[in-house]
Amino acid sequence: MSMQKMRKPLGAAGVHAILGAYTVLALWPIFLVIANSFKERKAIFRDPLALPTIDSFSLIGFEKVLGKSSFGLYLFNSLSVTLITLAIVLLIGAMAAWALSEYKFKGNTLLSIYMAIGIMVPIRLGSVSILQLIVDLDLTNTRTALVLVYVAQSLPLAIFILSEFMRQIPGDLKEAARCDGISEYGIFFHIILPLVRPAIATVGVFTMVPIWNDLWFPLILAPSPETATITLGVQQFIGQYVTDWNSVLASLTMAILPVLIIYLIFSRQLIRGITSGAVK
Amino acid sequence: MSSIRLNNVKKAYGATEVIHGVDLDISEGEFVVFVGPSGCGKSTLLRLISGLEDITDGDLYIGDERVNDYRPKERGIAMVFQSYALYPHMTVYKNMAFGLKLGKTDKAEIDRRVRETAKILQLDKLLDRRPSELSGGQRQRVAIGRAIVRQPKVFLFDEPLSNLDAALRVQTRIEIANLHEELKTTIIYVTHDQVEAMTLADKIVVLNGGNVEQVGAPLELYNSPRNLFVAGFIGSPSMNFIKGEITLISDTGVTVTAGGGSAVTLPLKPGKATVGEAVTIGVRPEHMNEGADGDFHLTGRVDVVERLGDVSYVYFHLPDTERLTMSVPFTSAAKKGEAIAVSAASADIHLFDEQGQALERLP
Ligand SMILES: Nc1ncnc2c1ncn2[C@@H]1O[C@H](COP(=O)(O)OP(=O)(O)OP(=O)(O)O)[C@@H](O)[C@H]1O
Ligand SMILES: [Mg+2]
Repeated sequence: MSMQKMRKPLGAAGVHAILGAYTVLALWPIFLVIANSFKERKAIFRDPLALPTIDSFSLIGFEKVLGKSSFGLYLFNSLSVTLITLAIVLLIGAMAAWALSEYKFKGNTLLSIYMAIGIMVPIRLGSVSILQLIVDLDLTNTRTALVLVYVAQSLPLAIFILSEFMRQIPGDLKEAARCDGISEYGIFFHIILPLVRPAIATVGVFTMVPIWNDLWFPLILAPSPETATITLGVQQFIGQYVTDWNSVLASLTMAILPVLIIYLIFSRQLIRGITSGAVK
Repeated sequence: MSSIRLNNVKKAYGATEVIHGVDLDISEGEFVVFVGPSGCGKSTLLRLISGLEDITDGDLYIGDERVNDYRPKERGIAMVFQSYALYPHMTVYKNMAFGLKLGKTDKAEIDRRVRETAKILQLDKLLDRRPSELSGGQRQRVAIGRAIVRQPKVFLFDEPLSNLDAALRVQTRIEIANLHEELKTTIIYVTHDQVEAMTLADKIVVLNGGNVEQVGAPLELYNSPRNLFVAGFIGSPSMNFIKGEITLISDTGVTVTAGGGSAVTLPLKPGKATVGEAVTIGVRPEHMNEGADGDFHLTGRVDVVERLGDVSYVYFHLPDTERLTMSVPFTSAAKKGEAIAVSAASADIHLFDEQGQALERLP
């Protein structure tokens, strides 16, 4: 009721029009990539906005990418780096958020501020020292290096968002569990985590997308053919003089699929109202 | 089942002390009710006993053990919260079984206890529902069930019925009373509802501003409140207070004159009170009658008459503007704006000295 009242000045139609326009705008490049990946090279240039027709249809890009390049390896690299980072960030982030939001201890505020700084300062500013550190640790050209950097990059925001959500869980619930004889770990894993599932899913998406799309750190930390991620691998089709657009577009199309699947898994968790009925 | 003893228990948040040294003895199997105005420290005291808050000073014994440094789960208590605090993502069955399951109780034993408890609380048909699919009363029963299955030594209830509507409150109150009858476990119950306190308690503890004002059986508090606070707090509508003065002290009691001019001799021990001392006369609304049958007479003018069906409340004021309440049978003809003569028996009248302490009755 109150929501509808708030929308009055714009009207439902207006809201839908704006959101619809934005959706078209956001999906347009993706549509272009996918549509053109199924076209012949000439057709791509002749009419980039056209859908593939019987004449212009071609799978040459996919054939080249799957056949000749190490696309499978790149995909594996991207997936393993992203998923391992995701797992570490979600577990450690949730535990840290729980500690910061639930327990009073010395340095709690200081730690929270430190995390907030981590959100505000872009990690790329530290690229040089990160590179030095990775070299010193002898981790260049390893996926471990990427995972470490990505975990550092994603943790602050994850902790920030999750601790906000955890603060909203009614205190009575935790105290009831304590009286129920549940250990602090038990409370965290069996009560807090299930209740912040939507938040975890949100954080998961926010963490995953920039990592999957990142070109910078793979380029400076792990550029070897064995450790290249998809975004880096695609670069080999982009030359100084000629660019193999069929292969580029085909790889990009295939690179969308895994994130799409992970995203769908997370978005199922974003269902609201799971806390209703906990406390009146 | 266990006795509980509090020995000069204090609680301070930072520099502010909110519980100022409470001494209390609770025997095994007793049903104790904490009452008091909002903010007086009822919940805090309960949380100190549960172990959810640390005791700043003093000793707490459950059974023979000093449990100050024990965590909630080591104290053998179970708590029921005003907000129910059910785990929203678990079914009723899991809500009840959860603590036992993580406590590594045998699976068959858990199942037996949960089903048995569910039967007592008439939850057997709801075991597969989530809390969000239950009514308020059902949720409260699940919360109680979750406490029962743990077979605690002590039950702690913090205003468990205040979220329920009037009819359900009565029903659940009776269920809790029956439960205590059956389980015979020590119960500490916080409420600010008079009726709950009077009907459920073996012993009422009246708290005010972090201090215990009086401890006693319900009727003891009703019949002989120790001071003005308890007198005003116990009983509904609350006791009328009239300013007066001691005019005579003799073997047969203390004679007082009310502001209105009527004098009465009360069968009380004078204690430290002296002739000429300003005192407060206390009379409960239900002990006042229309007419001049009693020993203590007042005349006033009726402000409002509330007719509740079986009983009517007459609100009136004395010439010197003191406002009083009287409860009379529904047959009363009292009318707004009319003069009214009121009296009360001397045996029903309480007297409080300048410090607000009650004068004891003569044997
Ligand atoms: N965490 C806290 N920090 C500081 N003061 C607190 C804290 N918890 C409670 N208090 C104070 O302690 C006093 C007692 O609070 P408590 O919750 O025990 O009252 P109560 O008797 O249960 O009241 P109510 O009937 O409203 O529930 C209050 O004055 C409150 O402001
Ligand atoms: Mg309270």
